[in-house]
Amino acid sequence: MNEFLHVLTDNWDIIGSHFLTTIELFLIAAVGSLVLGTLLTAMRVSPVPALRGFGTSYVLLLRNCPLTLVFALLVFAVPKLDVSIDYFPGACIALIAYTSAFVCEALRSGINTVPVGQAEAARALGMNFTQVLSNVVLPQAFRTVVPPMISVFNAMLKNTTIAAGFSVAEAGAIQAYLSERSENQIYVLLWIAIGFLILVVPLVTLQRMLERRWRVAR
Amino acid sequence: MRITRIAAFAAVATLSLGLAACGKEGTPTPETPAGQSGAPAAQGDACTSSGTSFTPATGVDIAGSPTFAKIKTAGKVVIGVKFDQPNLGYKDASGKRCGFDIEIAQLIASKLGIDPAKIEYKEVASANRETAIKGGEVDYYVGTYSITDKRKADVSFAGPYFIAAQDLLVRKDDTSITGSDSLKGKKVCSATGSTPIQRVRDQKLTEDSNIVEFKTYSECVSQLIDKKVDAVTTDDAILKGYAAQNPSLLKVVGKPFTDPTTGKPYPEKYGIGLPHDDKALRDFVNAALEKAESDGTWQKIYDGTLGKSGSAGTAPALEKY
Repeated sequence: MNEFLHVLTDNWDIIGSHFLTTIELFLIAAVGSLVLGTLLTAMRVSPVPALRGFGTSYVLLLRNCPLTLVFALLVFAVPKLDVSIDYFPGACIALIAYTSAFVCEALRSGINTVPVGQAEAARALGMNFTQVLSNVVLPQAFRTVVPPMISVFNAMLKNTTIAAGFSVAEAGAIQAYLSERSENQIYVLLWIAIGFLILVVPLVTLQRMLERRWRVAR
Repeated sequence: MRITRIAAFAAVATLSLGLAACGKEGTPTPETPAGQSGAPAAQGDACTSSGTSFTPATGVDIAGSPTFAKIKTAGKVVIGVKFDQPNLGYKDASGKRCGFDIEIAQLIASKLGIDPAKIEYKEVASANRETAIKGGEVDYYVGTYSITDKRKADVSFAGPYFIAAQDLLVRKDDTSITGSDSLKGKKVCSATGSTPIQRVRDQKLTEDSNIVEFKTYSECVSQLIDKKVDAVTTDDAILKGYAAQNPSLLKVVGKPFTDPTTGKPYPEKYGIGLPHDDKALRDFVNAALEKAESDGTWQKIYDGTLGKSGSAGTAPALEKY
């Protein structure tokens, strides 16, 4: 037990700073993918065929592409085109691009729960597409998709560890550092698991809170 | 109707990808010969051995060695190696293995009475070496494995059979990096969490934001060729292997890093990783190495592999314990 605790206290410099990067990566990617995902959803339900087509192909492509491949494309393929993206922004872009496809699908499932009559009524009142979407449809859609949306972000939190393979010093890289320090690998991995458990707690709390506050009376 | 629309999208996507590829070909990169900018494995990939032949010894017995008993019963030996270090531990596109470490591994196997053809190679990443040896996944490990006191608590080491020093690999046309003291403002790459990169960080040889870490050195070298990093740092043995593979693009600076307090280089003593309590096997492997160093086999292996980089090497003194 003592040895187990020492793995954490002796290596707090590594563990703490790496988990901090994980949190940064998660927060940036969460905000980014929520915004991009909402935009994509708007495209997919918009009356413009070209936008619908773009939204559909984007989701089709990114949702079926392994995240590691998205990372590899940004880090190894893009520099060949003489475009240079630094590693941390690159990781943010990869995570946002990938997660937004899932956000879009979750949100679209919420839109499908809003009765068509509501949109028709809004349009009959003279609202345009943007107004219908932002004032009538999306607020109701967001309420119904809290659990799946939190699941998407929960999965994204764990997906951040892929960035460790692409030069971002986050939680996924802790194991490599501590193995160089010859620490017990079982203890190291247990501490990483505990770290992620702690990070998930606020997400679950947020879900409970939103679900309670946004409960739809039927 | 729906299908035609999907087909149209597919066609557009393919076309735009194709055009992007054309654009790349038009980019003038005169110093890059065709086919070289891709995977580092593309150039000089085919494996060539040093030409040393290893005949398996007969009637070998090592009393009191559980590892040897296991090898003898199985009739084969499982050796942990690296596969992505040219001229050290490498596997080419056809699956052939070659390099200095590989031939040292074959030498030991032949002394144990195992035909080198019957070796089962297991690719073990640096971070998992102790686990693989302790768990019995490999019988012994040969792959730029530095002897350290901390590791000696988990495994034991025969050797050293080679002594390396930390150096820098840079692009051939780069004259701004002359050693560890000229790294400020330069992006430096190495394996995640490795000692060389921690040294760069601890001694503040470059800014923290310029430290780049990938899982493998090959990825670092690819980033170096693509100018996303300016130097790759690790043991000179590994770097020379890459320089020899891409001599028109890369060079090794050739100035070992030194300890700021003592002014001496950091020796990386490569040893053969063995199970912790198998002293009988350790003594046997040490004797085999000693013999190879005195009868010229070591030199022949070196000259045919790492020596192709143009730098001479001499066998180090063993440190038995």
